[in-house]
Amino acid sequence: MTALQRLFKFNGGVKPAYNKEASTGLPIAVAPTPTLLVIPLHQSIGGPPRPLVKAGERVLKGQRIGDADGNVSSAVHASTSGTVVAVEMRLMPHTSGLSAMCVVIEPDGRNEWIPRQPFDFRSASPAASRDFLRDAGVVGLGGAVFPSHLKLNAGKQGKLDVLVLNGAECEPFITCDDVLMRERPEEIIKGAVIMREMLSAGEVLIGIEDNKPAAIAAMEIAARAANRVAGANVYKVGSVPTRYPAGGAKQLIRVLTGIEVPHGERSTDYGVQCFNVGTAYAIHEAIELGQPLISRIVTVAGNVGQARNYEVLFGTPMKDLVALCAPLPDSDRLIMGGPMMGFRMPGDDVPVVKATNCVLVGSTALFPPPPPEMPCIRCGECAKACPADLQPFEMYWFSRAKIFGKAQEYNLFDCIECGCCAYVCPSRIPLVDYYRFAKSEIWAREVEKEAADVARDRYEFRLLREEREKQEKAAKLAAKTAAGREKAAAALAEAAKPAATPEEDAKKALIAAALERARTEKARVHPENTADLTPEQQAEVTAIEARRAEIREMAKPHLRPDD
Amino acid sequence: MLEALLVMALGAVVLGAALGYAAVRFRVEGDPLVEKIDAILPQTQCGQCGFPGCKPYATAIAKGEAEINQCPPGGEEGIHKLADLLGREFKPLSAEHGIEKPKSVAVIDEQACIGCTLCIQACPVDAIVGAAKQMHTIVAKQCTGCELCLPPCPVDCISMQPIGESVESWKWKYPVFKINPTQREAA
Ligand code: SF4
Ligand code: SF4
Ligand code: SF4
Repeated sequence: MTALQRLFKFNGGVKPAYNKEASTGLPIAVAPTPTLLVIPLHQSIGGPPRPLVKAGERVLKGQRIGDADGNVSSAVHASTSGTVVAVEMRLMPHTSGLSAMCVVIEPDGRNEWIPRQPFDFRSASPAASRDFLRDAGVVGLGGAVFPSHLKLNAGKQGKLDVLVLNGAECEPFITCDDVLMRERPEEIIKGAVIMREMLSAGEVLIGIEDNKPAAIAAMEIAARAANRVAGANVYKVGSVPTRYPAGGAKQLIRVLTGIEVPHGERSTDYGVQCFNVGTAYAIHEAIELGQPLISRIVTVAGNVGQARNYEVLFGTPMKDLVALCAPLPDSDRLIMGGPMMGFRMPGDDVPVVKATNCVLVGSTALFPPPPPEMPCIRCGECAKACPADLQPFEMYWFSRAKIFGKAQEYNLFDCIECGCCAYVCPSRIPLVDYYRFAKSEIWAREVEKEAADVARDRYEFRLLREEREKQEKAAKLAAKTAAGREKAAAALAEAAKPAATPEEDAKKALIAAALERARTEKARVHPENTADLTPEQQAEVTAIEARRAEIREMAKPHLRPDD
Repeated sequence: MLEALLVMALGAVVLGAALGYAAVRFRVEGDPLVEKIDAILPQTQCGQCGFPGCKPYATAIAKGEAEINQCPPGGEEGIHKLADLLGREFKPLSAEHGIEKPKSVAVIDEQACIGCTLCIQACPVDAIVGAAKQMHTIVAKQCTGCELCLPPCPVDCISMQPIGESVESWKWKYPVFKINPTQREAA
C-alpha cells in the first residue's frame, strides 16, 4: 500500500465550481506546429536570457536560442527546426500589454532535432547537474516558472526529508497535470527518482486532489513499481481533500506532512521542497532523453465547443491553439491560467510560454463583470477563507491607503494571490488587485532604493578619488617649487661664495646643517590632511615622499647656507 | 504562481544581505539625522537643490538652513517623506529649483562623440567610460539621470532618454472602479 495514511488540514480555502470534466474526456493531443513561432526570451523568473541567434540563421529543434544570464536565469530553445526570421520586440502574454524580445522562427516542417544525449547525473557533480538543467531550460511548470535548478539544491544540511510532488491542481478548469499523470505516470516518477537523488531526499510524497481518481490510480501503480526498484516504501501517493487552493505549495506541504511553514520562511528550512508533477516530467525528459524544455501540456477550456489538453510547442500563438477547440462566437477574452489566479491576455496572438498551464476562453456570459465594490464591513469572512492565515482586510486597508509598510507588517508577501478572500467577500472588494498593486509598488521602491544606495556609494567614492588626486597634485607642485627654490638658492650661493672667508664658511656650514636637520624634522611631522589614510593612500603618500627625498638628495651638493 | 512567494523571500534575503554588507562596509560616521535625510534623497547628485550633492543638502536641511522642497528628482513623494521625518509642514516643490521629470538616462550619440572627456569629469557617479580621443559611452545602469554631463559636451551629442516601462518593471495599477453603468461599458 503506497497511499498515505494520515493527512492534515490547512485553514481556510473555498470550493468554487471545478469545471474540469469538459477537458478530461479526450486524451492529450499534439497541437500542430504553427506557421510562425514567437518565442519570448524571458520566460522564467530571473534575468532575461541573452539571444544566441540572429535573423536568417537556421536552427534545429531543441537548439539553444537564449543563454541563461547568470545563475538565476534559465535558457530557452527553438521549439522546432526552421529559420529565424527576426529577433524583435513582440507582444507578451502579460497583463501589462507590453512587448519584450522574442525570437521569431519560421518552421521548416522537418522537425529536425539537435543531437540528443542523456545526461549521466549520477557521475556528475551536483553543480554540473544543476547547470545542465539550467541550460535545458527546465523551470517550474506549476505557473511560477522558477528555475528548477535553483530549487534542486539540498542546501546546508545536504539532504532533504521530504520531496513533495504537487499534482493537486486545485484551480478550476485546469486539467493539464491531471491528464499528464493519467497518461505518463512512469515518466513523472522517473523525474521524481532523479530529483530525489539530487536532493538526497528521504521520501517522496505525491499530493493529488481526490477528485482525480484516475490520476491517483495511475500514479499509485507507477509509485509501486518505483518502490520495488528502490526496495523501500519511499514513493507515496496522497489523495488530498478537494478544496481550493490545496495546490498552494505551503498548503499542500501542510496537508501531506503537517509541517506549518511560518510566515516569511521557506519550506526548505523545514526539510521540504515542492515541485509540480509537470516539472518532474520535464526533468526526466531533459536528463534521460537529452531533450530541453520546448513544449508543455496546456488545457484549453472555457467558452469553447471542445475543451481539451494539448501538447504545445512554446511560441505557438494562443489563437492557433484556441482555434482547435471551436471557440464559441461570443468569446471576448483569453485568460492565461484559471479563473481564480489567471491573467487576462492583451490579445489573442500572444504566444504560449512555459508559464501557460491553461488558456481559458472567456465571455461576458461566462465571467460577468464584477459587481461594484462596497465598503469593507470588517466581517472577517476573508480572514476565515485565507489559506495563508493572513488578515486580508487589514492588508487591504493599508494597501488601499498606500501605507505599504503596515501592509508588509501584516505579511503581505505571504499572500499567494489565491483570491479566496475576494471570492467570499460580501462587499465584493477585488482584494487581490489591491495586493498586487501594493506588492509591485513595494518592489519598485526596493529597486529604487537599491539604485540610490549604489549611486551614493559611487558618489562618495568619486569624492574620495578627487580628494586624493588633489593631494597628489599639491604634493607634486610642492616638490617642484621646493626643488626650484633650492636650485635658485644654489645659484645665488655660487655667486656669493668668493666673498666669504673660510671661517665664515665653516660657520655657515654649521648653520646649514642645523637648518637641514630642522627641515627633515619638519618633513617628518604629518600634515593634518594625511591623518586616517587608507592603506592605498598611505602607499601613495610614501611614494611621493620618496620622490621628494630623491629630489632633495639631488639638490644637496649645491646647497649653501644662505638659503 | 504560488512559488512566487519563495522567489520574493529569496529576493528579500539576498537584498537584505547585500544591504547589510554595504551598511557595514561603507559605514560613514556622522550625524544620524543627516543620514536619515540622506536616505530619503534620491541620490541623483544633480545639484538642482542648490547644493553640490544630496549629502550637503541633507546636512543643510538638518541644520535648518534649507527648505525640504528643493529636490526635483525626489518629487512630491520625497517631500512628503521629509515632512514626515522632520515633523515639518508639507510644501509643494519649489519651482525655482526645477520640476519633477520622468526618470531618464543620458545617452551619448557615439557617432558624434569626439572623445573630449569633459562629460566624464562632470559625471558625479563615474557612469561614463571612455579614454581621451576615444568614443565615450554611458553605463545606463549607473546613470542617475542628473543631466550634469549635458552642458559640458562641446558637440551636444548627449541626450536624455526617458526609461520606458518593461514587462519586468511594470507595476499593477491602483484599482479603479467604474462608478456607473455607462462608464462600465466604456471600460
Ligand atoms: S470579507 Fe470583505 S467585507 Fe468582510 S472583512 Fe473581508 S474585506 Fe471586509
Ligand atoms: S489572496 Fe492572499 S489574502 Fe486573499 S485569501 Fe489568498 S492568500 Fe489570503
Ligand atoms: S536636487 Fe539633486 S543633488 Fe539635490 S538632493 Fe535632490 S537629487 Fe540630490
